[in-house]
Formats: sequence, C-alpha cells, structure tokens
Amino acid sequence: MKIRVETNDHTARIDATGLRYRELNTVLKEIVSDGIRKVAVHGVCGQRYLGTGLGRPAEIELFGTPGNDLGAFMDGPRIIVHGNAQDGCGNTMNSGEIIIHGHAGDIAGLSARGGKIFIREDVGYRAGIHMKEYQDKKPVVVVGGTAQDFLGEYMAGGILILLGLNLNDGEYHKAKFIGTGMHGGVIYLKGNVNEYQLGKEVGIAPLEDSDRQVLQKFTGEFAAHFGYEAEELLRHEFIKLYPRWLRPYGKLYAY
Amino acid sequence: MKTYLPAKFMVERDPERCIQCQVCVNQCTFDVHRHDPDQEMVRSGEENCVGCHRCAIFCPTRALAIKRNPLDYRENYNWRPEVIEDIIKQAETGGVLLTGMGDDKSQRIYWDHLLLNASQVTNPSIDPLREPMELVTYLGQKPERVEVERHSLSLKTKIAPQVKLEVPVMFSAMSYGAVSLNVHESLARAAAEAGTLWNTGEGGLHPSLYKYGGNTIVQVASGRFGVHSEYLDAARVIEIKIGQGAKPGIGGHLPGEKVSAEVSMTRMIPQWTDALSPAPQHDIYSIEDLAQLVYALKEATDYAKPVSVKIAAVHNSAAIASGMVRAGADIIVLDGLRGATGAAPKVIRDNVGIPIELALASVDSRLMQEGMRNRASIVVSGGIRNSGDLAKAIALGADAVYIGTAALVALGCTLCQQCHTGKCAWGICTTDLALTKRVNPDIGARRLANLLRGWSLELKDILGGMGVNAVESLRGNRLHLRGVGLTDTELEILGVRMAGS
Amino acid sequence: MKDIGQVHNPYQDDKVIDACSLFGAMNTSGRRFSGEDITRAIANMHDRSNGLGGGFAIYGLYPEYADLYAFHIMYLSQEGKTQTEAFLKTKFSIAYDEQMPIRTAARVASPPLIWRYFMDASHHKPEDRSEEDYAIDCVMEINTRLEGAFVFSSGKNMGVFKGVGYPEEIADYFCLERYQGYLWTAHGRFPTNTPGWWGGAHPFGILDWTVVHNGEISSYGINRRYLEQFGYQCTMQTDTEVIAYAIDLLVRKHGLPVEIAARVLAAPLWDDIERLPAGEQELLRTLRQVYGSLLLNGPFTVIIAHQGEMIGLTDRIRLRPLTVGTKGDMLYLSSEESAIRLVCPDVGKTWIPVGGEPVVGRLGAPLQPESVAASGSDATLLEEGQ
Repeated sequence: MKIRVETNDHTARIDATGLRYRELNTVLKEIVSDGIRKVAVHGVCGQRYLGTGLGRPAEIELFGTPGNDLGAFMDGPRIIVHGNAQDGCGNTMNSGEIIIHGHAGDIAGLSARGGKIFIREDVGYRAGIHMKEYQDKKPVVVVGGTAQDFLGEYMAGGILILLGLNLNDGEYHKAKFIGTGMHGGVIYLKGNVNEYQLGKEVGIAPLEDSDRQVLQKFTGEFAAHFGYEAEELLRHEFIKLYPRWLRPYGKLYAY
Repeated sequence: MKTYLPAKFMVERDPERCIQCQVCVNQCTFDVHRHDPDQEMVRSGEENCVGCHRCAIFCPTRALAIKRNPLDYRENYNWRPEVIEDIIKQAETGGVLLTGMGDDKSQRIYWDHLLLNASQVTNPSIDPLREPMELVTYLGQKPERVEVERHSLSLKTKIAPQVKLEVPVMFSAMSYGAVSLNVHESLARAAAEAGTLWNTGEGGLHPSLYKYGGNTIVQVASGRFGVHSEYLDAARVIEIKIGQGAKPGIGGHLPGEKVSAEVSMTRMIPQWTDALSPAPQHDIYSIEDLAQLVYALKEATDYAKPVSVKIAAVHNSAAIASGMVRAGADIIVLDGLRGATGAAPKVIRDNVGIPIELALASVDSRLMQEGMRNRASIVVSGGIRNSGDLAKAIALGADAVYIGTAALVALGCTLCQQCHTGKCAWGICTTDLALTKRVNPDIGARRLANLLRGWSLELKDILGGMGVNAVESLRGNRLHLRGVGLTDTELEILGVRMAGS
Repeated sequence: MKDIGQVHNPYQDDKVIDACSLFGAMNTSGRRFSGEDITRAIANMHDRSNGLGGGFAIYGLYPEYADLYAFHIMYLSQEGKTQTEAFLKTKFSIAYDEQMPIRTAARVASPPLIWRYFMDASHHKPEDRSEEDYAIDCVMEINTRLEGAFVFSSGKNMGVFKGVGYPEEIADYFCLERYQGYLWTAHGRFPTNTPGWWGGAHPFGILDWTVVHNGEISSYGINRRYLEQFGYQCTMQTDTEVIAYAIDLLVRKHGLPVEIAARVLAAPLWDDIERLPAGEQELLRTLRQVYGSLLLNGPFTVIIAHQGEMIGLTDRIRLRPLTVGTKGDMLYLSSEESAIRLVCPDVGKTWIPVGGEPVVGRLGAPLQPESVAASGSDATLLEEGQ
C-alpha cells in the first residue's frame, strides 16, 4: 500500500485510513527521525502504540480513535487526540504529553513514570494504576469528568486530579476502591465521595497552600488545552487523598 | 507475648579452640553470638540461629559447630514439627507466613528418576577434550523453513533476532533490591565472561551495569520498576514476567527497608516505600493482551530484540505456552515448583504449581504437536542443581536453562531461607551496605564463571559419552533418557521409556 | 459427532482457553442490514485474534421461514450426513434444505461440508415436552451420538456462521454481505490450546441464544458441574458454552429477566449488596446464595443475543473491555471503540459501561444512554477545519 504522506518544512500530514499499526508507526518513526516536528494523522482508527519508540520530541495530532497502548513507553512526544482514546494510553510512559479531547478507556497512565495525560472527559477502570515518581520525575493525570473503579490503585507516586466536571450539583462519583493500595503520590478530587468508595490505605485531608499551587498549575494546563476558565475549575472544594502509610503491607507477614 | 517457638539449631562452641576473637559476633546478622564484656567471653544464644553457617565457616579456629536442635515432639506423621511451629508463628503474629528460596518439600524430583544414555560398541563415544564439542545455542524465533534465491543461492529468509549462548545456562531473574548490587555485578561479569546472559529481574538495571547490556536480559514485570527506553535499549533480550515458580499468581512486596537510596534510584520510586509488584500485569488480563504487550515492546525497540515471556509452571502450562507462542513470544520461560524467591508466602511456595520436568515435557510436546516448536525457544528454571539436571532438561526439550539458587550457592548461599528478612549474613539477599560488601564482585564473578565452566565441561562429557558433538543433537532427544521408579502415567507425560525397555 | 471434546479439546486440557474481539450491532426498530459493516468492524480488531476462529450470529435472518427451526450442520463425512438426515426425518418435518452457499475462492482452511435445514417440530414432539426442550434434545443427540455431524445453529429466524480463519475470511467464505438481519454479533478468536476446528469457533448457541465471549472463566469447573445437574452436557469444554447454558437455564427455564440473570453471572460484591435498600438487598443476597455456583469469576466480556434482544455484560471488576455506542435506533457493542467509529463515524454517543452492569438492547426500545449508570462521552471526530 502506498502511504499518503505530505510533508512541508517541519510538518507532515498522514492519511492513516486502512493502515495497520506497524505501517503507520514505521512512517511516524521515519519522518520524526528525518526532523519533522509536527505531524497530523487523519483517519486514525484503532492503530496501536502510536507515539511509541519515537525517541525524540514531536507533536503528533491524531484525528479519529487511536488504538490501545497509545504512547506506551513514550519518551518525549506530545500527542493530541481529537476523539476518544481506548485502553492503556500512556502505559509505562516516561515523558511527554497526551491530550485527549474526549474520554479514555481502562488503565490510562498505567505505571507511568513521568509525563502528563489530560483527558477532557471520563476515564475507565484503574486510571493511574501504579504510577510512580522519583525526585523531579512525577507523572500527572488530569481527568475532566469522572472515573470508574480502582482509580489510582497501587499508586506509588505522581499526581492524579479528578475534576468531576460532568457531575451535577451534589452528585457523587461512582468509582469504588479509589486509591486502594496507594502508598505514594496524591489524588486531588472534586465532587463527593463516600468513605466506602475509598481504599483503606487512603487518608482524606484538606488542601494546603502547596497543594493549591500544584492544582493551579495542572488545572491551568487542563483549562488551556480544552478551553475552560482555570478559575472556574478551582472554584469548588477539592479534597486531597493521600497514602496513610508508605508501607501499607508492613504488618501483613509473619516472619 | 512470650514465644512458644523452640530454637531450630544448637550452637556448639569448643572452648579449647575458641580464641575469643569475636569474628562470629561480627559475622552473625541474627544476633546469635554476643560478647559479654564483664566476663570477656563470647557467648551464643541459639534461639535466633537460622543455620546459615556464616560463623562456622569464618571462625579462624573452627571452634563452632551448628547442629539441628534434637528437641523431639511426640512422633506424629500428620502434625510434624514444621506444621506445629508454623501455627505457633501465626498465633503470635496473625500474619501470612513468609519465607525465602524455593519449595523444600518432598514432592518428587523427577531429575532423580531420569537416567542418561551413553554409547557402547554400536556407535562410538567421543572424547570431548580433544574433539570438537559444541554447546553453542541460539535463542529466538526460527522460521518454519528457509528460502534460498534459486540462482544466486543467497538467503531470502529474514530470520528474527537471535541471541547466541556459548553455554546453554543463564542466570535467572533476581532483582536489584532482592539481591545486592554486588550480586548483580558478579552475575553480569560472569555472564559476559562465559558468553551467556544474566537477568535483571524486575527491579531495574543500575547505571553502573549498563556496560554489560549485551549480556543482559531486562525484565518487564507487573511493577514496571525501572522500565524506560534506555533500559529496553540496553538489553539483549526483553523478558515479560508473568509469574515465577515460587509464587505463581502472586505479586511481590519488596519491603520498604530494602528500598535504599540506590534501589530507589534504580526502581525510580521514593526511598523506604514498599515496592509493590501487582499479582497480574494490569495491561494483561487475557492472551490477546499479552500479544499487545509483546508487540508494544517490539515496537518500542524496533523489532531488534527477542521478547521472552516467563510463566510459572501451572496446570495448563501446555495450553498457555501455546498461546504465548501465538502471542509473539520469541522465548518462553517455564519456572517450576521449586523455583526460588527472595520472599513468598510459604503456603503458595509449597503448594502451588507443578514440577518443572513435567511442565517442560508437556510444553515441548504440545508445541511439537502444533507444529510450532520452531517459533519459540524454551528455557526452564526452578531447581536445576547440576549439569546432570541440565542435560536432562535439554533432552526433555529445553533450549537452555536458568539457574538462580545454584548461582547464589556459588556466591555463598546455604539456603537458610531467610532472604525475606533482609539480614542475609552472606551479603547476598540484602541491601544493607554493611552486608553487601561481603560479596566481592571480583570473587563473585570468578566463582560464578567457574561454576559455568565446570558444568560446560561436564555437559561436554555427557554429550561425548552419547556419541554426539553438538548440543542440538541432545535437545528434545528423549531417547537418551530412561525413567526409573516412575508410573506409566509419569513416563507418558515425560515421553520417556522405562529403563531396560 | 461422538465426542466433540476430543475434536475441540484434543489434548484434554481442563478446558479450551481462548480470547478475542467482539462486536455486536442491533437496529432496535427491527430494520435489517447487511453484514458488510459488521465484517469491517470485526476486521478492524484483527490483532485481537489469531486466525484460528471467526464467526457471526444473525437475527431476523430467515423471515421466509420464521416459524421453522433453522439448523446449520457441519458434516465431517458423507456418512455423517446420511445418518443425520435419516435422524432428522424421524424427528421433524423438513420444509426445505440446501447446502450452505459459500464462496469457494475464499481463503479458509479445510472447511467441512455445511448444510442447512428448515424444519417444523410441532407435530413430532411428545405431549409432555416443550418444543424447545424437544429441539434441544435433538441437537444434543446429534452432537453427542452421531458420528461426523455437528449442529452449530438451531434457532428460528436466526443463524450462526463460523469457522477457522480470521472473521473477515469467514464472512467472505459464507458470503455474509448477501444476508440481512436486524441484529448481528461477531467474534474473532485467539485460542491457545486447540488447533481450531470449525465447530469450536464462536458464537456458541443453543436454540436462538448465542454467546460471543472474550476472556477466561476461572470458575469454569464449578459452573460446568452445576449445569450438568440440570441435564446440560458441556461437550465443548469451553467457558462460552457454559455461559450459553447458564443463560438458557436462568432465563428460559427459571424464567428470570435478563437483567436479573446478569446479576447472577456477574454478582455484585457482598459489601455493595449490604449497602442497598432492604428489598433489593434481599433479592441480590438470595440470588448469590442460590446461584453462587453460576458466578462467572474471571475476566470476561460477553455479547449474548436472542430473538429481539442483545445483551453486553462484563465481569464485576471489568477485566475485559466493552464500549457501547448508539445512534438513533442503532446500538453497537464492541471490544474497541475504533471499530464502532469505523462503521458509524457519526455515532451519537459512546461509553464504557460499569463492570457487571448489563447493557440491554431490545426491539422497539432504543437504548437511552442517559439512563445507564456509565461514563459517557459525545466526543465527535473533529476533522481539521470543522
């Protein structure tokens, strides 16, 4: 199949209609290593691993529905999705940005070690599961809508922000097991949750000034990506969920 | 709470030989020996002794002997001392019984019921010291057939990435954090010297060891610790760890006290937090998800490295292995019931999984029956103790084996099974810097390389005796095996005939 | 076929293990449409299967024979066909039969001879047996007793088409673009322990119930033993067969609504039950107490269909994916959203249902996404310049 690529200085446009993921990724890798810094891919429909293995900064705009493992192991690029993302976006991501103008499926940000994921609407199960952090490397996931169960499961680091923008006044998030097994990082959550919806390893605290600064920074970026007023997003009360213990399972064993 | 646990060992100190030098006091990490300043005497409190023999080996005058405590309960085949003592421990803590190393129970060890063949009269044996004897093994996916350009006779087939082993023995996955950096360095250097591979386990690769990347298998496990593009790029092989023989279906908790500054850096998690490895990989809930991760890793490394998938040997291993091959695994690793660990719930270690011999035989047979044995190499681990086990594993169908426990024994381990405490007196399974220096990587690498050399020489002897001079002639050649003391069903699963038949 | 298990599970593993891609499309107004889009959609998820099985179920397929049982039968031998037809003649009045139309140029491996029969059972069944039970008895009889024959579709006004290959190859083989139905389900298979035989592909069904399934039911052993008490013979040794029989038992024999049956298969956690209002609590507690052995434990997504209804269900901790899309009176269920977008670029709404909560599409009742406890999105595909 002849792959339709139009390049122009440092930008390119690819028509991905009918392309298998390996063909599309091969093209992406080639043109990015040729120095193209901005790529628009049209007709994306289920191709996996977009953004994986690019190995240098580039901005990839995707029109359509990218497949699973979008940006898996990604290191550097910025991906903008005009549409919804499927499962596993940002899987074990190291750095870069994924901006989704829609919703994302399950395990968004699984084991991410850095980078940012902005999701305008909802996420599926287990978003932010087992994110980590080390010194200044801190993954960030901001979700505009609500989440399904096991949000932030096993979280070992990073920042997870849930804005609940599509909840009505007084409506509760439905996710259960939020932060179950959490032993690092922080979740900022707007909208109501019952205590039984939280994992037993999670504590609730009001925000301190340092928290507000973090929130301001990332909700500001969220607002800029999706055309919201940043102040509007911060107007409501947030709660902070934090791990009660660094070692949740320290007392589990008999020696 | 007063403990009802009796001492496991007795420490006998010969007062004639003891020179009060306190080496035992310094060597013991379990506080068995102590110096009494009032009486200027070294004394021993045996209730803490784990039987690791560190003191006895390092005592300059051989004054110490460690013996089993002969304290006998009333004889009871059902309520054995171990059963009683486990209950006491749980009554006193309310916890999950934790242990280290592999299953130590009496399930049948099939290696000991398999015997190898040798040539006599009708075909000659070969003298390996003076004739060529090849152990070279290539791991990786092979095509079903080779295509050659008719006219130029040049090769048309593009073969998938292959890894060359000079000897079909590799060091199995032991993570940095579970074992020390000096152990990793010893393994890496020995692998480089012997022309084989070592495996990082799931704790990442310390920056100082990147230079051994060409001999390194990097693991991608459920915790994804230390997994990033440089790590994947550095490796010779990438291994997806689904499970391990010591704890099939179970995740891991590296206790916070082992997460030192260096471990924290390599795993990229904060210091002193528990490093949790979830039970499943949360992007693999099904066989098509395994395919997705296999190809994600291939995509991330430009299809330049074999991807291995490791599972614990369990009931439906043959079916699972067939699925793994169909999912794109270039190497499949089976880790048997006796595979070891730095920490596992004892009930899992001793009760879950199946012996590696049976798993290997059934997986190799199944892949043959499905006509796809070429599509993946088979590596086995979990209780390979010597070159005899190695030769038998190869004859059952393995391309190579992993050794973990044997490698640690080479470094000093005496299987005291206290790995989970982090107090390893031999400095192996600990990140306490005062202890880790007990393994000197120069000496460690030497001991490990020596072990591989010894096994290589023995394997060549075994091959020569059979009258073959290349290891591929033994691989999967079950006619070179006979069984003793096995039932018909066991022989059938092993695909081996009874000795004498 | 004497021992289907031998063919289907040749190594006698505990069961057949497989996973896959799913797709379902339904027009809730009953408008019939061809198989072209369904084939494109399932083909878009090609990488989720491995070429060892593909299949389709179509409802509203045979309106001209709507009151007759439509049996699709695979024959491995001519003798099997002769024997089976002799058997069928004693049990039914055969109104029409023919060889299944196929495209001989299609790329599939060793297809069996496939024949279809349209039959009336009303004059043959004994007084004390319902027509459905009678038809099931006949299917079980052929599948377990007769050599070389396998009934893989046995409902009225519907049909299953399946075989070894990628689903798009199977669609090509059976010329599915020529058929019309108001409800289609499709499956691409990734088996691990069967070389793939034509009968082993999904959908599995009994009468007009069909199931396509992704995942592995770790509770299979007890699910199967429980069903065997009720006379089901789990000859295929697959989780999927067990799901089909469980639905048949719960809905047809025990008369439970589909929504309740879903609460048996994907039962809520005890803690969640304890938090419900008293009446609901009692219902769900009793369901778990009585039908605990039918809890499908382990990762699964299924699309269950029968005449007039399509049900999507995932396990209670949602270990397998399912995305729902609606547009007007069209309902789509898919393993991946991209497949829906491919065939319905202007799909009105797509969402990911909560684990264990069924999505039910019914004839005459278009699904209202707002009424579903789910996370939703109406993101549209913004092309540049739009």
